[in-house]
This record gives sequence, C-alpha cells and structure tokens, in this order.
Amino acid sequence: MISVKNLSKSFGEFVAVDNLSFDIRPGDVVGFLGPNGAGKSTTMKMLTGFLNPSAGEIRVADMAIDQSAKQIQEKIGYLPEGAPAYGDMTPLQFLNFIAEVRGLKGEEKQKRIADVVAKVELHSVLDRPIENLSKGFKRRVGLAQAIIHDPDILIMDEPTDGLDPNQKHQVRELIRHLAKDKIVIISTHILEEVTAVCNRVMIIAQGKLLFDSTPDALLQKSRYYRAVSLRLSYSADITGLAELDGVADMQVEQESGQVTLFPEPGKEILHHVTEHVQRHKLPVDTLFIEQGRLDEVFREITQEGQR
Amino acid sequence: MNMTSIVFKREFSSFFATPVAYVFIAIFLILSGIFSFFIGGLFERGQADLLPFFNFHPWLYLFLVPAIAMRSWSEERKSGTIELLMTLPITTWQATLGKFLAAWLVLGLALTLTFPLWLTVNYLGNPDNGIIIAAYLASWLMSGAFLAISMCMSALTKNQVVAFILAIVVCFLFVVSGSNIVLDAFQDWAPSVLLDTIASFSFLTHFESMAKGVLAANDVVYFLLVMATWLYAGLLIIEQKKAD
Repeated sequence: MISVKNLSKSFGEFVAVDNLSFDIRPGDVVGFLGPNGAGKSTTMKMLTGFLNPSAGEIRVADMAIDQSAKQIQEKIGYLPEGAPAYGDMTPLQFLNFIAEVRGLKGEEKQKRIADVVAKVELHSVLDRPIENLSKGFKRRVGLAQAIIHDPDILIMDEPTDGLDPNQKHQVRELIRHLAKDKIVIISTHILEEVTAVCNRVMIIAQGKLLFDSTPDALLQKSRYYRAVSLRLSYSADITGLAELDGVADMQVEQESGQVTLFPEPGKEILHHVTEHVQRHKLPVDTLFIEQGRLDEVFREITQEGQR
Repeated sequence: MNMTSIVFKREFSSFFATPVAYVFIAIFLILSGIFSFFIGGLFERGQADLLPFFNFHPWLYLFLVPAIAMRSWSEERKSGTIELLMTLPITTWQATLGKFLAAWLVLGLALTLTFPLWLTVNYLGNPDNGIIIAAYLASWLMSGAFLAISMCMSALTKNQVVAFILAIVVCFLFVVSGSNIVLDAFQDWAPSVLLDTIASFSFLTHFESMAKGVLAANDVVYFLLVMATWLYAGLLIIEQKKAD
C-alpha cells in the first residue's frame, strides 16, 4: 500500500511535481503516462527514497519514507531510468552483489539468481562485463536486479525502452506474471503498453495528475471508442449512414476511402450500420469496431493541461 | 552479511576488475624505489633504516591517492549507479565506509608490497624493526587521511579530472601547512595561536615523528580525526548532490 499526499518537488524555480495525491493498493499495476519532463521520473525517485520531497507525505506499508527509508527500500525493487549498473562487473557478479544486499544467502541466493537469469534470459552474457553488453541486455540486467528479492513493490522507469519487440513482449509477460498481490508501477511513453499490462493509468503532465482510472476508461474518452469503420470495394452512396440512429458524425478518409461513423455517447451503432449495409447492398469489404485511439486522448489530456 | 562489508567487497574487486589497482601499485612501487634510492640516497647514507623511503611518502600520496579516489563518487554520479546504490537498503554512511575501506586496503597492499626494501636493509645491516613497523603503520594511517580528503572531493563533482585536481590542492594545503613557506606568510601579522593551529594541521609534522618510530597518541588521533571529519563531510556532500 502506497499513500501519497500533496506531494511536491521543485528544483529552484522549476516545479517538477505539483501537489500529487494518490493511493496504490496491492494488485494495482499502474502505468505512469506523460510527456517527457512531466515529473514521472521525479515522482518515482521520491517513492523510492532517492529524492526528498519539497512538500507532502509518502507512506509505504504504513511507514513514512522520511523516517523509515531503509525498511521501505527493502520492500521495493527499483529499475532506475536508463538501467544503470556497474559496468566493470559481469551480470553474475552484479546480481550476486544485489542479492547479498537484499539479504539473500547461500543456496537461496543461488536459486534466486538462477531464477531471475532464466526469467530475463541472461545466460548467454553472464560472464561478460556489463559495459560491453547491448542496450537490451543492460536493460534486462536492470530488470533482474529489481526482481531478485521478489519485492512487494516493483517500480520501473521505462522498463521497455531500447528493447526490440520480442524483448518488449517478454518484459510485459514478466510483469503480467508477477503475483497478483503486488504493487507494480511503470512509467512509459508507449501508450499500448498501458493497455497491455496495466490495470490503472495515471497521466501526469507538468507535475500534475490529470487522469487516474482504468485503461478502459481512458479508451472511452476517445472519440473513436466503439466507432464503426468500414471500407467499400467500390464507391457507392453512403450518405444514408450518417443519418442512422445514434450516429453523431461521419468521417471519410480521402486516401484510403475508409468511412468512420462516430456514435453518440453511450450508444451502440453496430447493428444499425450492418442493417443499413444489408438493406442497401453496400459493397463492404471490411467492417470493424474501433477500440479508441490512445494517442489522441493522450494529446487531448496533456495539452489541455498546458492551457 | 553487513552492508558495509558487501559494499567493501564490491569496491575492492572493482579495483582489480579494472587496471586501476595494478597500475596504482606498480607506479607506487616504482616511484617509491626511485625516490628512496636515487633522491633519498638509501645506500649512500650508510644507515640501516628506511627513513629516506618514508620521507617521500607524503609527496607520493599527494598525487597517487587522489588518483585512486577520484572515481569513488564521481563515477557513481556520472553513470547513474548512485541512484541504484542509494535506493538499495544501504545507508550513505555504510556506502562511504565500504568505499573508503576498500581503497584504503589497496593502499595498504601497495605499501606491503614494498617489503623487499625492508628485506634489503635487514640483509645489509641491523635496523630497528620496531621503528620500521611503526613507520609503516604511520604511513598507512596518513594515506587514509589523504584518501578521506580525496573521496570528499570526488563527491563534489561528476568530473573525475576536477575531483583529482581539487583533491591534490586540498591535500597539498594539508601537507605544506606546517612548512616554512606557509608559516612565513602568517608570521608577521597572525597571532601565535593561529600560527600554531595552522602548523598543527600539517601532515608533515605529524608524520615526521611517527616515521622515526614514535607512535604518539596525539599524532594517531590527529590522523583518525582528519579521516572521520573528511569522510563525514563527503557524506554530507553526497547526500546533497546525489540527484544533481
């Protein structure tokens, strides 16, 4: 359980985090979304006890971070931005070091190391200095050290940055398979990642919390949420579509010829559309329901905040 | 295991994973040989002691200790590993102490490896080995003071070269503060209390008597105090600067 109240952080004149308040419960997989410089990393640095807040309170597992930082840090696994690691060490030495700091000993330590090495697939590079590894491997070493002690709270700053699509998939699977009673916080620029792994989204821009709900609720804010798109194999009269019950607007893309019908809020329009298509024998190639477009919602929310 | 010893282990093996420790020890041995034989005249003096060898240690440490300590915090801050270190359940004090002890042991190792000199004087004559051991301990103690200052300077900046130069400057002040060059500058106007205080800060004065085999409590305490003070200063600085 993480409880944040009126958290602020400023660097001189610059306010990086502005009066944030939120609670995170076990089982929450939270995605921090926001433009660059929005205050995501700063918030994470304060949650992990690296930075001291300028104002406000952070409590983790009923302990205040300014009083019990070390006890709190024992419960947290943290992947800092850029996955820093000691370059002169090999991944094996590095994981041994972290495991010892995490209080693991003997057989249990070996078992945990073997376990995380398998989870993030590091076998092939275990004995190469970290500084010689590719970006993807470095990131995975960082992930491995964060989860080695099976923490209750996992905080990861851009865990998939610099990974190829396969590795991204792997990391998402890893997050998804963590026990259900843990707290996971990730920050990302990648919008799909949020719908893929998170059950809660927080959008932060200019240090302020602008949105805090489920990924589904975020999608629902999109104009495209449950809109119906269709393509015709040759041009036909489609004017009738715009007049259908529940259709708020129709948009035709010039290049592809794709027609999108936007529903009025809360209305289902699919059956009206299919009926209309059948009745007028429209030459429909493809027809699908839009899921909502995150990039558009993201832009709307974060730029609204700027005004 | 205790956190300090875990950090110590990591730091110590990191010295040997990189060429730092090897280069340091090799240079230390070569330079101390050159100084004692060619400049100090170990043979020509015709005395079975190691005084010419120990007399040059403050000047050797002046350049070599900042070199071995300059990366201690600078590199952590530059590479970002400081964020990892400080968010592990390790206190800043444990990290500082672990880093210090690791580097100090490397210095001790370099010092120990000068034992052929000791064998030589024993072969050639009958030196007072008690004095020599006391001088070795004194030299190691003094190197710790150099190290604590240099680590504090390394906490000040992300740039290792800047850390190196700052460390040399501050160490130099501590070395020469008892010498006539400095004292003459204060002689005419400063009260004698101030003069004595400045002179008492000098590494040279405290080391000289110890190198002759007199391990006086006040000299030992002086070096221990210098170490503690500068390590603490380094700790405060790194707490302040870690996130910059």
